[in-house]
Amino acid sequence: MEPKEIAELIKERFVSEVLDIKDFCDQVSVIVKKDRIKEIMKYLHSTPELYFDLLTDLCGVDYLGKKEPRFEVVYHLYSIKHRHMIRIKAEVADDECSIDSVVDIWAGADWHERECFDLYGIAFNGHPDLRRILMPEDWEGHPLRKDYPLKSDLGDMEWKGVKEVIEIAEKNKGYEVR
Amino acid sequence: MTAGTGEIKTKELTISMGPQHPATHGVLRVVLDLDGETVVKCTPYVGYLHRGTEKLAENRTYLSALPLMDRLDYISSMSNDIGYCVAVERLFGIEPPERAKYIRTIMGEMTRISSHIIGVATHALDIGAMTLFLYSFRDREWLLDLFEMTCGARLTVSYPRIGGVRNDVSQKFLDSLYKFTEEFPKKIEDEYETLIDQNRIWLQRTKGIGVISAEDAINWGLTGPTLRGSGVPYDVRKYAPYDAYDKVEFDVPIGKNGDVYDRYKCRMEELKQSNRIIKQCIEKMPTGPVMAPDAPKFTLPPKDKVLTDMESLIHQFVLITKGPMNAPEGEIYAATEVPKGELGFYIISDGTGKPYRLRLRAPSFVHVSVLPVLCKGGLVSDVIANIGTIDIVLGECDR
Repeated sequence: MEPKEIAELIKERFVSEVLDIKDFCDQVSVIVKKDRIKEIMKYLHSTPELYFDLLTDLCGVDYLGKKEPRFEVVYHLYSIKHRHMIRIKAEVADDECSIDSVVDIWAGADWHERECFDLYGIAFNGHPDLRRILMPEDWEGHPLRKDYPLKSDLGDMEWKGVKEVIEIAEKNKGYEVR
Repeated sequence: MTAGTGEIKTKELTISMGPQHPATHGVLRVVLDLDGETVVKCTPYVGYLHRGTEKLAENRTYLSALPLMDRLDYISSMSNDIGYCVAVERLFGIEPPERAKYIRTIMGEMTRISSHIIGVATHALDIGAMTLFLYSFRDREWLLDLFEMTCGARLTVSYPRIGGVRNDVSQKFLDSLYKFTEEFPKKIEDEYETLIDQNRIWLQRTKGIGVISAEDAINWGLTGPTLRGSGVPYDVRKYAPYDAYDKVEFDVPIGKNGDVYDRYKCRMEELKQSNRIIKQCIEKMPTGPVMAPDAPKFTLPPKDKVLTDMESLIHQFVLITKGPMNAPEGEIYAATEVPKGELGFYIISDGTGKPYRLRLRAPSFVHVSVLPVLCKGGLVSDVIANIGTIDIVLGECDR
């Protein structure tokens, strides 16, 4: 099925949920509200003529200062049987930074959602094990947010692991290496 | 234990395997809850090699983000670069010339061979078959020498460019590679397969181990040989061809049982198919330029032009310092089939010279997440076989 037809189908079924449909380079994005995201995903996964069985990718995007609401969670879905793909984007606001988890539809969403939580701070309701994954457990902040500094002098706020390394280096400064 | 009653008290034991462990292929830590020798629960921990590639790429121009891609899956860096270039080209609407497409296809398949033989060899080494490891390094050396001949680097190549490849390949390269394709199938049959295909130890360690059904494999998002071992013929090269894959003939080998052995067989068959693709590409190789001429605002002008032509000098300067200035606003998801599976790039462009968001869909990341499913209920020794069979590189997993 053509991506545009799929987008129309979604719009027909969820009139109040679909905010916008965008088409660029033959790839169609459907922008939806986050409230009924799980229902939409279930529909896409279980309808025989759509049958999106492969969750290719799930990621977050931060549009700080570019638009409101600030975050988007982007789902790339693919159907191996029908060979078509669609992109679903759910808008997530900064003050209510959470969205329903889709782990019970696609098991593979597990780690993608953990990563999104780790790097963007978007919580996934109903996720079985929402922990940090790439950053250390005691890390503060969410590095992929646009207001997170790329490089800075954090001083006392520096992560303690780095402080330890600097201390050891300071201590060993006096020794000459021959 | 109390003497005479015959009752033995047991309790679950938790052990940590890695991050420094020779069989975890990098810095993967797996925490195992054991009941005797049976794995009750397996929890992988990743992130030890996290370098913030996505964040770095957002702050670099499209051109200078390319070398970061080398360092994802560092044993198949050429494939990552090709994937990135294909994604950016689709975003910008650039069509690379035919010859560049063929060269990229050759390079991609050479990488697949070198990655698969390393994957299978380290997998076999973990299980106890050492000879294969030595053979594989001999063959990989040939391919790495050819990379070196073309671009000067063996591992972190940065050879493909947005709009083509950096430079043309020499006739000497093509001759040597053709000789390789003539000899390699015989080596697979005589040396690799006779060593382990019928080996009783190998069969006992791999058959019926780490079984995952086709349905589960898709649900977990597996791709590449790890998915095809379960009998799903999903291959990006066939489903959404890029470069010259629609102009060559090849088969997509699939397994049946979805166990460690079937995934191994898939990789072995893919070696032969890659060899076939390379051979066809050399035979069909068209002549012509290797960089898209119609995209001077996106691709670096040749060096001799820069030194003699004012406009080229300006283009070079702007491209290096600010990146492509007339990038379209939009977003694209482009997937390529790298040796490990489907490598996807999701790029959002806001019209500046730097990507607003660059998301990497790394196959290894998804494959590590399925490890608990493969290991549950198996023996400790099968954990090693399972880590080998999903063929992960932690550089790509942690990004």
